[in-house]
Amino acid sequence: MKKNNINRRSFLQVTALAGGGFMLGLYPKATTVLAQGPPRQAPLVPMNFISIAPNGIVTLTSKNTEIGQNIYNTLPMLIAEELDVDWKAVKVVRADADNKYGGQFTGGSSATPGNWEPMRQVGAAGRQMLIAAAAQTWGVAEAECSTASGRVHHKASNRSLGYGELATKAASMPVPDLRSVKLKDPKDYKIIGTSTISVETKEILTGKPIFGIDVKVPGMLYAVMQRTPVLGGKAVSANLDVIKAMKGVKAAFIIEGRPLRSDYPNYLFEDAGFESGVAIVADSWWAAQSAREKLEVKWDAGKWGAQDSVENAKKAVELSKRTPMRTLRKDGDVEPVFNRADIKAVEANYTIPFIAHGTMEPQNCTAHFKDGKIELWMAGQIPQSGRTMVAQLLKLPESDVTVHNVRGGGGFGRRAYNDLMLDAAWISKTVGAPVKLLWSREDDMQHDYYRCGGFQFMKGAVDKDGKLVAWHDHFVGYGEGNAFAHDGGFQPNEFPALFVPNFHVQSSVMGLGLKTGALRAPYSNSTAWVIQSFIDELAHAAGKDPVQFRLELLAAPQITPAAPAGRGPGPQGLNAARMTGVLKLVAEKSGWGQRKLPKGTAQGVAFHFSHRGYFAEVAEVTVAANKKIKVNKVWVAADVGSHIINPSSAETQVQGAVIDGLSEMIQEITLKNGAVVQSNYHQHPWLKISQAPPQIEVHFLKTNNPPTGLGEPALPPILPAVCNAIFTATGERIRTMPMTKQGFSFA
Amino acid sequence: MIRMKVNGKNQQFDGDPEMPLLWVLRDELDLKGTKFGCGMGLCGACTVHLNGKPIRACLTPVSAAANKSVTTIEGLSTDGTHPVQAAWQDLDVPQCGYCQAGQIMSACALLAKTPKPTDADIDAAMNGNLCRCGTYLRIRAAVHKAAEAMPAKPVKAANSGAASRRGGTK
Repeated sequence: MKKNNINRRSFLQVTALAGGGFMLGLYPKATTVLAQGPPRQAPLVPMNFISIAPNGIVTLTSKNTEIGQNIYNTLPMLIAEELDVDWKAVKVVRADADNKYGGQFTGGSSATPGNWEPMRQVGAAGRQMLIAAAAQTWGVAEAECSTASGRVHHKASNRSLGYGELATKAASMPVPDLRSVKLKDPKDYKIIGTSTISVETKEILTGKPIFGIDVKVPGMLYAVMQRTPVLGGKAVSANLDVIKAMKGVKAAFIIEGRPLRSDYPNYLFEDAGFESGVAIVADSWWAAQSAREKLEVKWDAGKWGAQDSVENAKKAVELSKRTPMRTLRKDGDVEPVFNRADIKAVEANYTIPFIAHGTMEPQNCTAHFKDGKIELWMAGQIPQSGRTMVAQLLKLPESDVTVHNVRGGGGFGRRAYNDLMLDAAWISKTVGAPVKLLWSREDDMQHDYYRCGGFQFMKGAVDKDGKLVAWHDHFVGYGEGNAFAHDGGFQPNEFPALFVPNFHVQSSVMGLGLKTGALRAPYSNSTAWVIQSFIDELAHAAGKDPVQFRLELLAAPQITPAAPAGRGPGPQGLNAARMTGVLKLVAEKSGWGQRKLPKGTAQGVAFHFSHRGYFAEVAEVTVAANKKIKVNKVWVAADVGSHIINPSSAETQVQGAVIDGLSEMIQEITLKNGAVVQSNYHQHPWLKISQAPPQIEVHFLKTNNPPTGLGEPALPPILPAVCNAIFTATGERIRTMPMTKQGFSFA
Repeated sequence: MIRMKVNGKNQQFDGDPEMPLLWVLRDELDLKGTKFGCGMGLCGACTVHLNGKPIRACLTPVSAAANKSVTTIEGLSTDGTHPVQAAWQDLDVPQCGYCQAGQIMSACALLAKTPKPTDADIDAAMNGNLCRCGTYLRIRAAVHKAAEAMPAKPVKAANSGAASRRGGTK
């Protein structure tokens, strides 16, 4: 999703702290490239990561937003390791949204790969300066000094000084070049590779007000907003006088909103959408929400008012019968292969629904407009972008917009969109008071940036040796012309691109009046299900074991594409050897093909490469006669590089991703009369504890590659793994999600 | 005027008696540990104890708490040393953490009734508590761990703050 190149062009600078101590900062010189948006020039100001006070307290800053991925531990752990301080002596602080931190982007599982090297270098540089300070104090050579647990030691003279005692002097030491600092031998790691408890766990367990919803500003009012139920609709009039007369209500007004720049903008950076609606502001949230029950709004639904999911599905089938609008990738020629007599062809149509994020903490933002400046509190995955949008909306210089980044009760991509900042800013400015805008669950579910739906019309062929020789995919999605709905396209270079000599991916689009966006493992969360299910269909057609078929496919000679359309030549750099490694490991750990399973119970396998991570998963599933399924156990084999920074946290991320993926098998957002039908968790459920697999075994295959992220890549393979197991157990192939459409549900 | 005891302290509320207990706790008494998730009793994030029984505060009008005793996450202990909190800490259960106060309140209520629960007991008692991050395996493990650490005779949540815990990293 994004590249964060701070390691390439950065330099260190030290600042003496008032009252003693030092602060070590990294000056990003780079342009931080956000793959889906315009490049953002990082200014030449320091991002300060290490502060050491004379009393020895080491404060490390986490620039990313915590939404449950445990980033408050991950980044500071990297610094602390090389700084050589005890983890328990470290205090972690969160950074506000500020361009001085370079790209503050929480998403794309990008934090680990983007920070693995620079954060360790920052720590090592700090250590080097502390050693220099000690050596000078003692009049000894730096090489004679060593560090441990936040102290510099001179063994020969049996002297030592704490980092706090050295901090002020260290601030006057020469700053090392980032590239020249010596990093630890990994065998000496004391923190990396050790499980640390999340720095805010205690606050969570004692109910401390650390989430966005908990923000309190003196004199704060509470707001609800009834947004247009149809994208692009407008509130024409409302019974505002009735609402204003209700108990506790301070203000009620129509928000005109602002037309979108186009139907398919990139909501991340271009336009979060400032939609029309009615705001109610009261002295308590409950008063505002209660008043809303009496609210009557006359809406102009606009051009999408008749949109309907059933009609869209019919349209997709019609489009599938026509010549596809575009070719996204073409290698070889599939048609002659399909006409051959010695092949076995398989055709299958897969339906991907829209689904919602449903973060447990409903979207909210607190805004305080005062004296021409505004302060906002929100858990934002891309807070700098929100700051820019608010500045534009209120016509303020960005320097007059302050965004405080708070903890988010889940993100999953939803908090990458800054629409709530716009609403809250507007409401606060209108009423001239600090306002907390809090959505109800219904608001949240009905005004999301949904994982985009789509339809995949697949055709493949295996030859008489059971080799995959042709692959054709007609993806019918949403958009217009060459534009797909945001994050609703199809990546034509996904595996098995390059591994199949005749490979053709085409697309057609139809219009959509719904905001779409990134949901945990964007694209991959639906693509992997289709591709790995269809590969399974082909494996069965070839009469081969599904693991064996995949191993052979990974071993197939890779073709050299003549002139690939789409985004680059291969499946985004998939390394066949690494994928083979995790596939073999998961087969071994799960006892694939080794155990006799009772009738109605079967294993299914799938793999997927996304966000730089290699994941292969096996699910063991029991299907009852009434199509109730129980996932008995899941085995995950993952290759995310040479080190697992925080093993406890890594394990729970993977287990959570598996459970999240299973939940996606029973979720669907549909449209009727242009509006979202589902409103709360009963209509768009997540797995309950009784439905979660009792065991999810996670195995990390450590390979000599730089560590990469874990927020997302464990999710995609679980859906096809389970569907493939269901097929083996029942002979029925799930080609439509949610699986409830085919009568399957979790027991 | 509604009088009730919240975490052992006398409180009174003279607003709308229909206001759900959740909003009285959060916005009137400033006890932000109890969370709003769905407003329909579907997710359990707002679970608190009313006279020791777990209830969904988002659906309970404050009038139903009149002359009763309410315990919230803040009332389990002042320092996170309640055995259930300690088990949650040791196993580092939370991811985003938003649902965990509700999970813990449900777990406490379960353990008060069933000191040594089976997995099935846990599933039955905790099925109304959604965890969107999927920390269920650790939740289950933490309930068992807390059960081991709890005194044989169940204690009232509100005065169990003196129980010991094992701290630090795993």
